[in-house]
Amino acid sequence: MASVTMDMAIAPADRREALVAWLLAAPAIVLLFLFILLPTLAVIILGFTDFELGYSGFRFVGLENYAELIGDRTFRRSLWNTAIYTAIVTPASLILALAIALLIEAEKRAKAFFRTVYFLPVASLLVAMATVWQFLFHPSIGPINTFLAHFGIAGPNWLGASGTVLYGLSIIGIWQSVGFNMVLFLAGLTAIPRELYAAAEVDGAKSWFDRFRLVTWPMLGPTTLFVTTISIINSVKVFETVKTLTEGGPNKASEVLLFTIYQEGFVYLRVGYASAMTVVFLAILVVLMFLQYRVLDRKVHYA
Amino acid sequence: MTAHALTLGRVLRFTVLSIGALIFLAPYIFMISTAGKAQSEIFSSSLSLIPEQWSYLENFGKALSRVSMTTLLMNGVIVCALIFVVQVVVAIPCAYAMAKLKFRAARLMMVLVMLGLLVPIHATALPLYVAFDRLAVLNSYTALVAPFSISVFAIFLFLQFFRAIPDDLIHAARLDGMSEVGIVARVIVPNAWPAITAFAIFSVVAHWNDLFWPLVVVTNQDFATPPLGLLYFRAAEAGDDYGALMAATLIITLPLVAVFLLAQKRFVEGITMTGLKG
Repeated sequence: MASVTMDMAIAPADRREALVAWLLAAPAIVLLFLFILLPTLAVIILGFTDFELGYSGFRFVGLENYAELIGDRTFRRSLWNTAIYTAIVTPASLILALAIALLIEAEKRAKAFFRTVYFLPVASLLVAMATVWQFLFHPSIGPINTFLAHFGIAGPNWLGASGTVLYGLSIIGIWQSVGFNMVLFLAGLTAIPRELYAAAEVDGAKSWFDRFRLVTWPMLGPTTLFVTTISIINSVKVFETVKTLTEGGPNKASEVLLFTIYQEGFVYLRVGYASAMTVVFLAILVVLMFLQYRVLDRKVHYA
Repeated sequence: MTAHALTLGRVLRFTVLSIGALIFLAPYIFMISTAGKAQSEIFSSSLSLIPEQWSYLENFGKALSRVSMTTLLMNGVIVCALIFVVQVVVAIPCAYAMAKLKFRAARLMMVLVMLGLLVPIHATALPLYVAFDRLAVLNSYTALVAPFSISVFAIFLFLQFFRAIPDDLIHAARLDGMSEVGIVARVIVPNAWPAITAFAIFSVVAHWNDLFWPLVVVTNQDFATPPLGLLYFRAAEAGDDYGALMAATLIITLPLVAVFLLAQKRFVEGITMTGLKG
């Protein structure tokens, strides 16, 4: 009898708590549907249509947009350039960030100063700093080529020549992202227990490199994997510098994925076709995340 | 290891770090230097950093007159503040419900949050643009803020943080007769300041820098954010008056850099916390 009344007392309380929970979560749920789920669904559906902004009707064209994408030279160029940019920026930024983090971690005195300096680009407005880089890269009056000229080297027309523009943009990308990765590596390094180094030394790891190979590198595994994924994703999303400095040029040599989508969708207003491109972009992100989870599950664990 | 080798190693390390630091600072150094040079001196392409004749006033005057810098910076502050406040007000109750209440949809919500983390604004921009165009809300603060009103990342971050808050604290508050909203406001939020600050830094840096979405929804200078305004300024300048251009970049970069220099420790902690959880 007592337990029955207890149950009856608890049940309404539970129901009330559930109701409160729904009410508290309701704004988030509504906005999540409105601004994330519905638009994502819409972009997938639009990818199968010939919708253009400014025209009233549209029809479903099946896979026509995707068929056009395969033959679209600009889009293929754009995918290729994005891949090259990512292949340069991610490893370079990662290695530099790790090296700087290791040096700073070992440094006693000016630790905070160096951390601030290397992190500064992360806190700076990228569009503004890209403008500064454009000046640094200027073929005739830019400090970089003036500096090179002192050594008798004729510097290239960095952002103005199709052969070098991606490298120029990559340098800016690396400069901008090293600080962010470095801070994550520093956090990873601080989390490594000191005793492990002592233990490794007892086991005969005498040199700096042995300690790095046997302790630091394996212990940093999860951080490295995470930094790699986030760097790749950020590189794939390169847009600001391209829009500000090159507009995809010269001669489509710096055409990258988001810039092509932007042009197609918001300048030429071919929403259906740009949606198909967006689906490809989303697919790339999904694959990258999936790979991260797979590697995380299998490889990265402490011995 | 001898003391001598140790010193050599230290000197080497310090030198490498210093050279690297100089390279990383070079853009700022040239920005400040060039902002004070006259057009003729810039085109003489010398590497000297101190301007021969100081043209700071002239260049800053040009920068301030072409595009209204105060409007840009104000827009940046308004948009970032609105986005942050709405994100937090929406995400905290939701994360609390998921972490601490008997909420049967919590697991489904978690799946939605993880899915949401995958979808950047670039992916949803086209349908949102079409919808905003139909609703005639382009060129407004609403258009700049609305898509970011929901941050699944905020829910994710707060959820992890709230789970660590002891249940006893919440039970005690309930026994004191506090409502759930009262608990969120007076127990959860005060305990969650580290997570809220970390998220504030993450959110403000992201939206202060964002060019893509403002570029899509804003064509009217009155609603331009700092990155977009600088783009307009560049277009108006035709790109070769580097003195004025550097003065403009200096004005526009300074606010966030100043905040960063004042609150470095918080910044680094914030980026570490949000970075590692994202």
